[in-house]
Amino acid sequence: MGRFIVRRLAGMVAVLFAVSVLTFLIFNVIPNSDPAQRMAGKAASPALVASITKEWGFDDPLPQQYLTMMRKVFTGDLISYFGQQNVNERIVEGIPATFSLCIGSAVIWMFFGILFGYLSAVRAGGLLDRALTVVAVAGISMPVFWLAAILLNYLTYKTEIFPSGEYVELTKDPLEWANHLILPWITLAILYAGFYSRVLRSNMLDAMNEDYVRTARAKGLSERRVMSRHVLRNSLIPIVTLFGLDFGALLGGAILIEAIFSLNGIGQYAYESLINVDLPPIMAIVLFGAFFIVLFNALVDIAYAYLDPRVKLRNPAP
Amino acid sequence: MASEPNAEVTPVAAGGPWHLAWRRLRRNRVALGFLGLFALIVVFVLAAPLWANEVAHTGPNATHTLEKIEVNGERREVVTREGKPIGPVWLGASGKFFLGADGRLGRDEMVRLMYGGRISLFIGFASALITTVLATILGLLSGYNRGWTDTVISRTMDVIWAFPVMLLAIALGLVLAVGGLQIGPLHISGSSIWIPILIIGCVSVPYIARPLRGQVLSLREKEFVEAAAAQGAGPLRVMFGELLPNLWSTIIVFFTLTIANNMLLEAALSFLGVGVQPPGTSWGTMIAGGFELLTSAPLLTIIPGTMILLTVLSVNVFGDGLRDALDPNSKLRLEAHAGLAAPEGTAV
Repeated sequence: MGRFIVRRLAGMVAVLFAVSVLTFLIFNVIPNSDPAQRMAGKAASPALVASITKEWGFDDPLPQQYLTMMRKVFTGDLISYFGQQNVNERIVEGIPATFSLCIGSAVIWMFFGILFGYLSAVRAGGLLDRALTVVAVAGISMPVFWLAAILLNYLTYKTEIFPSGEYVELTKDPLEWANHLILPWITLAILYAGFYSRVLRSNMLDAMNEDYVRTARAKGLSERRVMSRHVLRNSLIPIVTLFGLDFGALLGGAILIEAIFSLNGIGQYAYESLINVDLPPIMAIVLFGAFFIVLFNALVDIAYAYLDPRVKLRNPAP
Repeated sequence: MASEPNAEVTPVAAGGPWHLAWRRLRRNRVALGFLGLFALIVVFVLAAPLWANEVAHTGPNATHTLEKIEVNGERREVVTREGKPIGPVWLGASGKFFLGADGRLGRDEMVRLMYGGRISLFIGFASALITTVLATILGLLSGYNRGWTDTVISRTMDVIWAFPVMLLAIALGLVLAVGGLQIGPLHISGSSIWIPILIIGCVSVPYIARPLRGQVLSLREKEFVEAAAAQGAGPLRVMFGELLPNLWSTIIVFFTLTIANNMLLEAALSFLGVGVQPPGTSWGTMIAGGFELLTSAPLLTIIPGTMILLTVLSVNVFGDGLRDALDPNSKLRLEAHAGLAAPEGTAV
């Protein structure tokens, strides 16, 4: 186990390194306008452009530019090209909004995903199953940002039932915090709940054909007990895996949702930086997001081995 | 999937696995119904020039800002002085502005919806084809050869997997929309729809290549592979002659579900302005355009989004049915879910 974790950590570092190089290359090797030119503005004198180039080191060889940038990422000295803001501070500022969004909607989607999946599987083929299937598949077939826009229009602008997005700090006013986050939570949860209920349903249907279920029934256990203790429990293992991966990916910021509800989290910062082709924040956010993806990938593997003793920890895929 | 005419008369065990799959699919009325819906949508977008030339008499990018049209005998402005576009007039103007105008520019929403659908469907289809072909080749190569080939391919996949997909796609879209793309002698301009097609096609590869590789890893231990190798079949022959036929059902299912996912990703990218570039129109760019008039003309957002929903829904339901038909023992189910877990959730 210990050796596995060490190898896993080394793999994580290697992947993060590759991700950072790839990000750097996308913005530097593919033909792109000169950042100094864009920072100076359209009508800038060549002298100004030259001085910005020199000051920011855009004329250094690329490997050196890369190393300088990475050093600043880890010392917290990274400054954005536009607005000249400290990148790390801005990311830390965005964490509460993004994490509130992710954790809150994860609670909602796990609850409804498991509930609907369970009901669907228990009543497979029945009316309830069909209705839930329609709802779930429709949920995963919608463009999320579109659903967000429509909910915002009808529940906020037209009827003023919910306030329009914008993040209110939890410590300032917990009620307002939740009130402002309800719509983003629901929007995000609809997508994932639909997906998870589908996965759980098919897992449970598969599990019902297993021998241990027949054994449980033969022992005379009640149908309810068989379903909840034997079928559901075993079917939840893949859900845990999925949850880890999805949740990890979300922590890096939900770009569209945050932008539409102006939550001002990491996703929105990413969006603004991308629009300005502002490499330093993009680099930092990509690494931040990739870190959680890689971390949760590893956690999922460890959890999997713990939940399912048949799995052996030997393949060190990061 | 050729079906023999008398298949139903001959009881039991007629035809091969494809035939059986087709029979199972034919019994799944829901899946077939949604396939029908998908076919209707395809007909709808293919009829775009017909509607544009014969009924609406305008093109998807023709502006009608200062014009007036006669709706049920009453003259109305296409775009009011305040910049509010005309709403749906249905057949009031003999087919012109059936769904109203799209905004300040006064373009015919119905015509744009039909032409935009062509782009959305084409991008979904073409990018899914790229994803599936690349993923199949990479999955076969890494699963069958193992060793350093596998290491290189798998590690590359890991890097793309670890990259926040939305960020990667937006970054690529942004950079390539400015400078275009040069692949050898081939130059793709920044406004070409091949840019989003390539981006979406490539970023989705790991989610399919990984599960395929897993399947190849278990298949390569089977006796028939050993038998083929003993007969002197080279690695290419084994990969494409022996292993590939065993992967077809998985590949077809993944292909269908990838169309659905890629269409959603295209919509998201176009909404953010890094997908289809103007004057090109897709349902995603139409939602983006409608979003600016969300409170005054919500239909301009609702209509193109509903088209995406219906298309993706029909592809998803049909894909589900296809999976059940091709793999009644549902081994594929989990893999399909595990493989598509991330892209489903990435366009957020």
